[in-house]
Amino acid sequence: MDGTSSDLAIDVRGLTKTFGKLTVVNKVDIQMPRGQVWGFLGPNGSGKTTTIRMLCGLLKPDAGEGTCLGYDILKDSREIKNQVGYMTQKFSYWEDLSIRENLEFVANLYELKDKKKVVDQTLATLGLTSRQRQLAGTLSGGWKQRLALAACTLHNPKMLMLDEPTAGVDPQARRDFWDQIHRLSAQGLTVLVSTHYMDEAERCDQIVYIAYGNLMAQGRVQDIIDQSGLYTFIAEGPGVRELMERMRGKDGAEQVAYFGNALHVSGSDLDKLKKLIDNDGDKTGVTWRQERPNLEDVFIHLMDTSVDNSVQQAGA
Amino acid sequence: MLSAWRRVFAILLKEFIQMRRDRMTFGMMIMVPVIQLTLFGFAINSDPRHLPTLLYLEDNSTEVRSLVAGLENSSYFDIVGQVTDPNIATAKLQSGDVAFVITVPAGFTRDMLRGDKPELLIEADASDPSAASNAVGQIGQIVTSSLKQDLKGEWAPLNATDPPINIVVHRNYNPEGISQYNIVPGLLGVILTMTMIMITSIAMTRETERGNMENLLAMPARPWEVMVGKIVPYVGVGIIQTGIVLLAAYYIFQVPFIGSPWLLALGVGLFIIANLAVGFTFSTIARTQMQAMQMTFFFFLPSLMLSGFMFPFRGMPGWAQAIGQIFPLTHFLRIVRSVMLKGSDFAAMWLQIWPLLIFIAVAMTVAMLRYRSTLD
Repeated sequence: MDGTSSDLAIDVRGLTKTFGKLTVVNKVDIQMPRGQVWGFLGPNGSGKTTTIRMLCGLLKPDAGEGTCLGYDILKDSREIKNQVGYMTQKFSYWEDLSIRENLEFVANLYELKDKKKVVDQTLATLGLTSRQRQLAGTLSGGWKQRLALAACTLHNPKMLMLDEPTAGVDPQARRDFWDQIHRLSAQGLTVLVSTHYMDEAERCDQIVYIAYGNLMAQGRVQDIIDQSGLYTFIAEGPGVRELMERMRGKDGAEQVAYFGNALHVSGSDLDKLKKLIDNDGDKTGVTWRQERPNLEDVFIHLMDTSVDNSVQQAGA
Repeated sequence: MLSAWRRVFAILLKEFIQMRRDRMTFGMMIMVPVIQLTLFGFAINSDPRHLPTLLYLEDNSTEVRSLVAGLENSSYFDIVGQVTDPNIATAKLQSGDVAFVITVPAGFTRDMLRGDKPELLIEADASDPSAASNAVGQIGQIVTSSLKQDLKGEWAPLNATDPPINIVVHRNYNPEGISQYNIVPGLLGVILTMTMIMITSIAMTRETERGNMENLLAMPARPWEVMVGKIVPYVGVGIIQTGIVLLAAYYIFQVPFIGSPWLLALGVGLFIIANLAVGFTFSTIARTQMQAMQMTFFFFLPSLMLSGFMFPFRGMPGWAQAIGQIFPLTHFLRIVRSVMLKGSDFAAMWLQIWPLLIFIAVAMTVAMLRYRSTLD
């Protein structure tokens, strides 16, 4: 049973964690409804892992309060552990145990009834049956992720917290992994998944963007793009290679980046951006058009505008 | 050629930087020579003096008193008291409180002056042959020279002959002075210390190093559940090791086993628990398996040196003995040797059991306090 009948799977306010002088997570508020798949995004070292660890009771927050599945994250970490499946960023199952032995160990720790049946079923659902005797340490990256997902869903949790589950996994395995996430979500699980991949972010119902410990944006992908206040012009054609150097650092062009063969020039001041492009002399072999910024444009914009705490504090 | 040296220099520089970062290894490099120098230079003495000695005097003449004074002046024997009941003396020798009991029989002085060469009985605790041997070797000379001053005038001729008395030495518990009798039971303690601490600390640290710990903590396992679950298998390992050593001691080295197996089992059990608690504590401090290994040696070396395994405990100065009393090995050695060689009972061993219990309580508390159910 849940702690309360609240509609929010995660409801935290002012979550803060410092390591020494470094504020890794700074007053983060998250209100996440049950049953959704949320993406947790942000650059490396932005506090994603620390936030997830605080949510599932592995780290004690220095400040802030809230609930996870209705349980107090400060006091009820045991109940949270019982109902949350947490998948660590680094593979953390026992490499010298076989797939089956790992799952049986987890089943025993959670005191699952009908252990053999649960393990058999999980193996079958995740396509691991034929490899069940293989040692976990000898598995490739994609299979390790499958095993980890199998193990952290074994106790039938209400919520999954997956910390960069698809980092370093090939596209096919990544797609299979997301199919599994959506299958679990369809069964009513709430899923919080951190990632660096923009295409994965677009598979989520909502995303939370955190940079250097600060929550920068939260909401649906489209809303975040619309609210970013960012304008993007795209240049295509044989002449764009020289264009990049000319645009970079100019007034109005806050970001200049390639996406495939096209150059994206973005800024938050539309007039300045237009003027810059109009005044650019050589237009041979370049065609310009304005488009909605994509998620990556918006994220890099958010990242640049956020204050890099880690750099600032290290310098102080 | 020059560029090869530049690359060598680049690697050398990198090694120095890494050496400086790894505080534990750096500490080991400095501390190991310091500790070894202190132990070997100041603490260890293979010619132990000031051995506690008990007197049982049935004759208390001037001559006997000067004989006793002579023994004390030799600096080998420290007279710690006199008993009136020889049974008490035997009990004290058995519990290890004293190293020697010297018995002067009734009529000693009279017989000596008559030239009947009376017997002076010296009972030595020879369970550690090396601790007693020097003092025993010196005793004839000490007695002769101290009597020389008393036997003057009309008694002077007694000095001309060989010693006017007959010195009888009983090497109790190990009459032939076989060093295996002392070393083999002691080895049991050394082997258990080494493997129990190392295996536990490494097994636990491995989980941290490989990231398993984060996983374990995310699942509903309480700290004490993890602790007990991880330690119990190694208690089994310790029991198997004990079996091997005891069988070898009995059948190969023919070490006598006089005392109660149950008392020894109690001692072994407590000792294993004490070492596992140390190993567990180390595992909560060390971050890598390498560090756990280093900490094990850091504990193991002084244990070995100061416990009385390698060198006689009584040969060490007071401060070294005080440090030695901390180590579980010191007390375990006394238990295993006393039970096997002397047949000591529980009452005599209680003196060694309670320090073990205190050690276990302290080590367990530290381990539990240090073990975190979070990753902080």
